Amino acid sequence: MDILFIIQQTLSATLGVNAIIFALAAIGLNMHFGYTGLLNFGQAGFLAIGAYSVAVPVISFGVPLWIAFLIGIFNSILFALLLGIPTLRLRADYLAIVTIAAAEIVRQIARSATFNEWLGGSDGITGKFGKDFFDLNPFKAGINTPILRFNGNDLWVVLTGWTLVALITSIMWIMVNSPWGRVMRAIREDEDAVRSLGKNVYLYKMQSLIIGGVIGSMGGFVYALSRQSVQPDNYGTALTFFAYTVLILGGAARVFAPIVGAMIFWFLIVFIEQVLRAGVTSNLIPDWLIGVNQVGQIRFMLMGLGLMLLMIFRPQGIFGDKKELTLDAKA
Amino acid sequence: MQKPKSGGTEFASTTAQTPGSAKPDPILVADKIMRQFGGLTAVKVDHVEIQRGSITALIGPNGAGKTTFFNLLTGYDTPNSGTWSFNGKDLNGIPPHKVARLGMVRTFQLTKALYRLTVIENMLLGAREQKGESVLLSVFPWIWRAQEEAIRIRATAILKNFKLIEKQNDFAAALSGGQRKLLEMARALMVEPEMVMLDEPMAGVNPALKQSLLEHIKELRNEGKTVLFVEHDMDMVHEISDWVIVMAQGEIIAEGTPASVMGNRQVIEAYLGSHHNTDLTSEGA
Repeated sequence: MDILFIIQQTLSATLGVNAIIFALAAIGLNMHFGYTGLLNFGQAGFLAIGAYSVAVPVISFGVPLWIAFLIGIFNSILFALLLGIPTLRLRADYLAIVTIAAAEIVRQIARSATFNEWLGGSDGITGKFGKDFFDLNPFKAGINTPILRFNGNDLWVVLTGWTLVALITSIMWIMVNSPWGRVMRAIREDEDAVRSLGKNVYLYKMQSLIIGGVIGSMGGFVYALSRQSVQPDNYGTALTFFAYTVLILGGAARVFAPIVGAMIFWFLIVFIEQVLRAGVTSNLIPDWLIGVNQVGQIRFMLMGLGLMLLMIFRPQGIFGDKKELTLDAKA
Repeated sequence: MQKPKSGGTEFASTTAQTPGSAKPDPILVADKIMRQFGGLTAVKVDHVEIQRGSITALIGPNGAGKTTFFNLLTGYDTPNSGTWSFNGKDLNGIPPHKVARLGMVRTFQLTKALYRLTVIENMLLGAREQKGESVLLSVFPWIWRAQEEAIRIRATAILKNFKLIEKQNDFAAALSGGQRKLLEMARALMVEPEMVMLDEPMAGVNPALKQSLLEHIKELRNEGKTVLFVEHDMDMVHEISDWVIVMAQGEIIAEGTPASVMGNRQVIEAYLGSHHNTDLTSEGA
């Protein structure tokens, strides 16, 4: 068993591209769900819109990548408005239903044959749309140490990605600790009470939906850039629920929860997989118990078990406050 | 806020003690308000005026439509027909948050303390026109910090008055039912309303706290504010209200001073049923 290799793989995943994508998706959800109480089950839709918005304009229309980023932000604002205008006046559960459906509609449109020419159908889009971005990379050689390894492109995505996460997290921290953030948390507790104090609840909920959605779509930017391709089926409901897992793992309504949650999530997935794989190949785990091909499935089973244990013994997540969680919102 | 005690309490002796009577200086006027839920007419108020600077009680048996009427006046529900105005401003179609900004702030029958906010946060939330509540300005703390401090000073003063200051850093959920009622009223005051609408302020409040709540309501009147409250506790109605409006089955059946209303035959019948003097045993079978 090559322990150093396991450490290298695990650490690279903990700090890697996927952790950044999930951190951004979960930061957006934290705005929606953690601070405002909006049940958005369609975060994957925002990531998909972000991803397609950087790929399509560059590949199909020759638009510069930097303009494509702006298009992505614009499109996610549009998507948020589309979701919010009919549902935010209604009860919270309607938003949940509409968002989960809307995200699936986005994915189905993306993979439909009708728009094959621009969106690439179920194969998605592959191409060098991130060239402008990777041309700026001063670390083209990447990094290869015994405990951490990234190729040149990944290293550049990781460095810029975590910088973006840090920037967004700092702004979020200021915002949620401002009077604006206080109104948001109050809406999470009881909308009608907030209305009775003269606040336009609808407007605030819309702001939350837009801000969280735009942050989510930035996760989509990273997703698309890092792979130089966009696959529609990567943006299914599973992505949304993994993002919720990341958020709850860290602790909802805590600014640093999405970052730590995403790191732990990917640490566990890769660590379990690598240990199992090493165990199987070195025959420490007998073949009749786990075969090589079963490692991928077993790691999710163990992951699920771990999450169940977390919910039982630490339902508030890593950063959460148990006392706060036990306060029944309608006591 | 700085209005003098404009005879808010003396009007009672000169005003007609009939449903829908005109008041010398009404702050709230409602006309032909009708609210139906399917076939049920929950509220059918022909005309009512609330005197500025007075404490007016809205009483009536369960299901009389008091809370529905409250919801209609404050924009939480929309009537099928009718007009109503506050300070001369037509409130038809005005959403709740704008009603509050106009100076008419309500509380709720089921207390709506914001549980996972601290007591002081509940209070700070109430203040109007906060720069830091704008999404764009929220990221520049130096713009709103001074205003926030000024609001905090005002909030602290009100909390002291309401004897909640020791609890200021506790979650609102940690308060007792009565303290939550106090907090809700204190929070409403942060909006600096001209008129306070209290929906059953005494429900579930222990007698010791009740007395202090009563004092706070009287204090509001002394500051020139108008109070309209829904209440079941007749002792309280008697003790503090200048005027009493009685609803039954959605309509206003009587108005007048506490003493005159309590003696009104229609009111007694509405509460106890018209046969309350007949012997039930002889009536049966």
